[in-house]
Amino acid sequence: MSETKKPTNGFSEALLRRAAPDRAAWEDLVIVPLFAVVVALLLGAAAMLATDVDLATIGRSYVALVSGSVGSVNAISETLTSAIPLTLAGLGIALGFRAGLFNIGAEGQILIGGMAAVVTGFSFPGLPMIVHVPLVLIVGALAGGLYAAIAGWLRAATGAHEVISTIMLNLISYRLVDYMLRLDFIQREGRSDPISKSVLENAELPRLLTWLDPNLRLHAGVFLMIGAVIFIHWLLFKTRMGFEFRASGENPEAARYAGMRAGLVIVLAMGLAGALAGLAGANQVSGVLGRASPGFSAGIGFDAIAVALLGRSHPWGVLLAGLLFGALEAGGRQMQVDAGVSIDLIGIIQALIIVFIAAPLLVRALFPWGFSKAKTSAKE
Amino acid sequence: MFSFKKTLAPTFLATALLAGSGASAFTACQVTDTGGIDDNSFNQTAWKGVLDAQESLGVEGRFLESQAETDYVANINSLVNGGCDIIVTVGFLLGDATAAAAAANPNQAFSIVDYAYDPTIPNVLGQVYATDEAAFLAGYVAAGVSKTGVLGTFGGINIPPVTIFMDGFYRGAMYYNAQNGTNVSVLGWNPETREGLFTNNFDSLDDGRAFAQNLYDEGADIVMPVAGPVGLGSASLANELGQDALMIVGVDADLYLTDPNNSHVYLTSVTKRMDATVTEVIARAMNGTFEGGLMVGTLENGGVDLAPFHDMAERVPAELVTKLEAVRAGIIDGSINVGE
Repeated sequence: MSETKKPTNGFSEALLRRAAPDRAAWEDLVIVPLFAVVVALLLGAAAMLATDVDLATIGRSYVALVSGSVGSVNAISETLTSAIPLTLAGLGIALGFRAGLFNIGAEGQILIGGMAAVVTGFSFPGLPMIVHVPLVLIVGALAGGLYAAIAGWLRAATGAHEVISTIMLNLISYRLVDYMLRLDFIQREGRSDPISKSVLENAELPRLLTWLDPNLRLHAGVFLMIGAVIFIHWLLFKTRMGFEFRASGENPEAARYAGMRAGLVIVLAMGLAGALAGLAGANQVSGVLGRASPGFSAGIGFDAIAVALLGRSHPWGVLLAGLLFGALEAGGRQMQVDAGVSIDLIGIIQALIIVFIAAPLLVRALFPWGFSKAKTSAKE
Repeated sequence: MFSFKKTLAPTFLATALLAGSGASAFTACQVTDTGGIDDNSFNQTAWKGVLDAQESLGVEGRFLESQAETDYVANINSLVNGGCDIIVTVGFLLGDATAAAAAANPNQAFSIVDYAYDPTIPNVLGQVYATDEAAFLAGYVAAGVSKTGVLGTFGGINIPPVTIFMDGFYRGAMYYNAQNGTNVSVLGWNPETREGLFTNNFDSLDDGRAFAQNLYDEGADIVMPVAGPVGLGSASLANELGQDALMIVGVDADLYLTDPNNSHVYLTSVTKRMDATVTEVIARAMNGTFEGGLMVGTLENGGVDLAPFHDMAERVPAELVTKLEAVRAGIIDGSINVGE
C-alpha cells in the first residue's frame, strides 16, 4: 500500500530535490546560477556569430541589453514591469516545489485569475479606487487559487499526478478564455474579435512614474511583488504551515508519519500557488493591459517555472531571478532596436540559462576553479 | 530572409544613447504584430515597404517584433525613446496601443496599417485597403476553377481587416453563380451573420493545416486562409495532397513569390500592397507633407490586386480570364458593387 501512495517517481523527486535544496548546497544556489548566466551569454554570442552577425554588432547588442534593462529610468521601469508577473507566478511555483508539487499550470491560473480580475474591473462603476483595486486583485487571486486547487484536489483524492492535471487545466483555460471573451457581457461593444471591455480607471493599479514621463509604465504592482516575496518567506520559514509544506516536500513519508495531513497540504499548497499566479494575471490586466484578450498570459506562466528553478525556490532567489528575466525581456527589446538582433536570441539565452542550472555538474566541469574557491570560502 | 549585415551595417549606438540629438539620417521604425517579420505575408510585406524606402530614399530602417500582445505598448514605447522619425505599427490589433502612444507623444509621427481611427488622430496616418475588391476577383475565379463546387476560407481573428477578405471572396463566388447559373458554395464564412472559421491566432502553422484539412474533408478544393503565416500550414497540406485535390489562394503578398517551397500550390493571391503605402508614408514624412488621416488602397490605384496565376495559368480557361477582366473593369467603374 505504501508503495502505491508514493507520490512521485525517482526522476521528478530528483528534480524537486534540486529545485528545493538545503542550506548546505548554497554553492549550487549561488555559484551555479551565476556561471549559468555568464555561459549562456557567451553561448548566445556564439549563436549570433553562427548566424552571420559580426563582432561589432554582437558587442553593440550586449551594450543594448545592459542599457535597455538598467541604463535609464525607462529601462528600469520596463525591467520592473516585466519582472512583477514573473516573480509573482514564480513564487507560486517555488511554493509548490517546496511542498513537493510540480505545478505546470501557472499559465492557466494566470488566465483564469486575469479573466476574473477583468470582469471585476469593469463591472462595478462608481467604486472608489481604494476599494476597487484590492477587490480586483483579491478576486483574481481567489479565481487562480480555486482553479489550481482542482489539480490539488485531484492529486489528494485520486492520486492523479499534478503535472498531467495542470497541463490539462492549461489547455482547458485557453478555450475557456476564448469562450468567455465572446460572451456578450464581457466582449467589448462594437468588436467581433475576442477582446474584453476595458477595466475601469478606478480599478487600474496606479502608475507610479507618470509625473516623470507619461510613457513610464511602472505601476503599484511592484509593491505587491515585494510584499508577496516577504509574505512567502515568512510563510515558508516562520509558520507551522510553511514547515508542513517543506516537510511534505522533503520527505512525504516522514511528514505523514509525523501526523501531517498530506491531502490538506497538497490542496493548500496548490491553492496558494494558484492564488499567486492568479495575482500575476490580475496584476497584468489591472496594471499593464487594462483588458483581456486570448493571449494576454503571454507565456509568463511557463517562464515563471524557469524563474522558480533559477531562484532555487527561495523567495528572495525568485525575486532576483524574476528581475533578471524582466531585465532580459526589457533589454532584449533594446537589442532589437539598437543592433537589429532577433528577439528570439533572448529566448535562446533564457533557455541556455535553464539548461545550465538544470545541469550543475556541467557547470562545475566547465569552471572547476570557480568551485574550489567557493568551497574553501564556504568552509571558513 | 534578409541579411542583418547588409541592412543593419550603420551603427545605431550613438543614436540610441543620444536619442533625439537628430544628428543622424531619417529613421523609419516598425512594430510587427505576433506573426513576426518573416511571416511571408502580412508583416513581411509592410517591412518590405521600409526596405524599399531604404533603397530609394536612403532612410534607416529598424523593426521590433512583438512576441505577445503584451509587447505592443512596450515596443512602441522603446521606439518612441529610440529617436524614430516615423513609427509604423502593423496591424489592427495594435490600434489601441498606437492611439495611446500617439496621444502621449503628440510630436511623434505615427502610421498604422489596417486601422482607421474615427475621428482621425492628428499625428496618425491610417493605411487601409479595399481588400474586398481584389478578394471578389479571387472568389470569382476560384468559383470558375473549382471542380467540386465547394470553396473554403478561414481567418485568423474575427477583425475587419481579416473578414473583408472573406466578404469579398464569398461575394465574388456568389457573383459567379449569378452570372453563370452555377451553385458553388463557400464554407467558413457567412457575411450576414459575421460568423465563420477562425484560428484565433496569427502564428500557428498547425492550425493552418488542420483548418484546411477540415475544409478539404468537407469537399473544398480551393481554400483561402486569411491569417498571415498560418496559411503556410495550409499550403504544406496542399503540397502533400497535390493541386488536383487542393489549391490555395494566398493573401497579402504574392505567395507564389514569397513562399517558393510551396509556390506550385497557389492558384493566385489577393495582394495588399502595404509595401507601397508604407514607402509612400515614409516619403511623406521625409518631405514634410505628412499629416494624420487616412490612406485607402483600392483596385483602381493598385493598392490591392489579384496576383498573376503563374504556373496555374493553364487551369484557368481563357474564357474565364476574359470574364474576370470584365468584372475587374466593372468594380473599378462602380457598376459592380462588391459590398452589396
